[in-house]
Amino acid sequence: MDKGMKILIVDDFSTMRRIIKNLLRELGFNNTMEADDGSTALPMLKNGGFDFLVTDWNMPNMEGIALLKAVRADPMLKSLPVLMVTAEAKRDQIVEAAQAGVNGYIVKPFTAETLKEKIDKIFERLEAQ
Amino acid sequence: MENDEERRTSQLDQARRLVKHLEAGESQAADEIIRQLRHAFDRELFDELGKLTRDLHEALNSFRGDSRLVELTRDEIPDAKERLNYVVSMTEQATHRTLNALDEGMPLIESLHERSLELTERWTRFRNRELSVDEFRVFAQELDQFFIESGQETDRVKGLMSEIMMAQDFQDLTGQIIRRVIRLVQEVEENLVGLIRLSSSRMEPKPAMEAVVEDDTKGHGPIVPNTQDTVADVVSGQDDVDALLSSLGF
Repeated sequence: MDKGMKILIVDDFSTMRRIIKNLLRELGFNNTMEADDGSTALPMLKNGGFDFLVTDWNMPNMEGIALLKAVRADPMLKSLPVLMVTAEAKRDQIVEAAQAGVNGYIVKPFTAETLKEKIDKIFERLEAQ
Repeated sequence: MENDEERRTSQLDQARRLVKHLEAGESQAADEIIRQLRHAFDRELFDELGKLTRDLHEALNSFRGDSRLVELTRDEIPDAKERLNYVVSMTEQATHRTLNALDEGMPLIESLHERSLELTERWTRFRNRELSVDEFRVFAQELDQFFIESGQETDRVKGLMSEIMMAQDFQDLTGQIIRRVIRLVQEVEENLVGLIRLSSSRMEPKPAMEAVVEDDTKGHGPIVPNTQDTVADVVSGQDDVDALLSSLGF
């Protein structure tokens, strides 16, 4: 796993973006950027250069699930690893995210260990492919 | 216009006859004309009263038929109270979590600070060749001890600072819950405005009150205990999520 990879953090709450950014920095990932909604994140992703997407679900304009689907539908972005970090806890939603091609799903509130574990798992799988 | 003209001619004619009858002292005939004059106004009054009754009936019917208002008062307002109570307890927990970490961290930092000041002082004396051999031996032992302890204690303080950071996640979680309550308040307000419009004297067409139909997979924020949220099929935590995903081949 490349610690220099470029990560986009998408959450409408700036406090949560800061928490995730701090946790990622503790894990050694310093190359992070932030977006406050799916609709601002998508153009950033399309401009390229991102290696990993961490997104919330419940956001005002474009929700995380719509962002995930848009990423998977885009030929340039379709293989981008996506981790959802969200308070959405309905089974139907988790199934929908899985079917839409999410790489990992963390339910809030979460711990630093959970974030580390899921990121490790995502990249272990990708490297095994 | 023609009707008005006719009515006026006929009223004028009746008035002239009324004066004639009164002057002639024919009271019965005069009463009859007065009754005829009044008749037209009575009919208008009854028509207006009938229309008002119909409007009132319609307004009551549409109020009764508006089940969204019933739903709001029966389910969603009590739910909103529960949600706000949950916000209070979540913010309380986050504050305690933060203060607990500070309560543990502050004495650690204070003691580290004092020991380092004291050791610095003795280090200066050593540099100035003011320490005896015995004093230096004790000093070296204490330095060894300090190096070990400061490594452990700063590590603990780092953990406590992470704890303080993670406690701030309440802002996102409670924010989502509060926004949901704000949407509800807005909906109640729109419904009340609709009601006022219905009951106002000028009957306007009923505004379209679109119920906020919750899409099953639309984001709605954290699950709040003792509300309609718990009726839905929800996971209880990360272990539950992991089990569900692994059953899907993850």
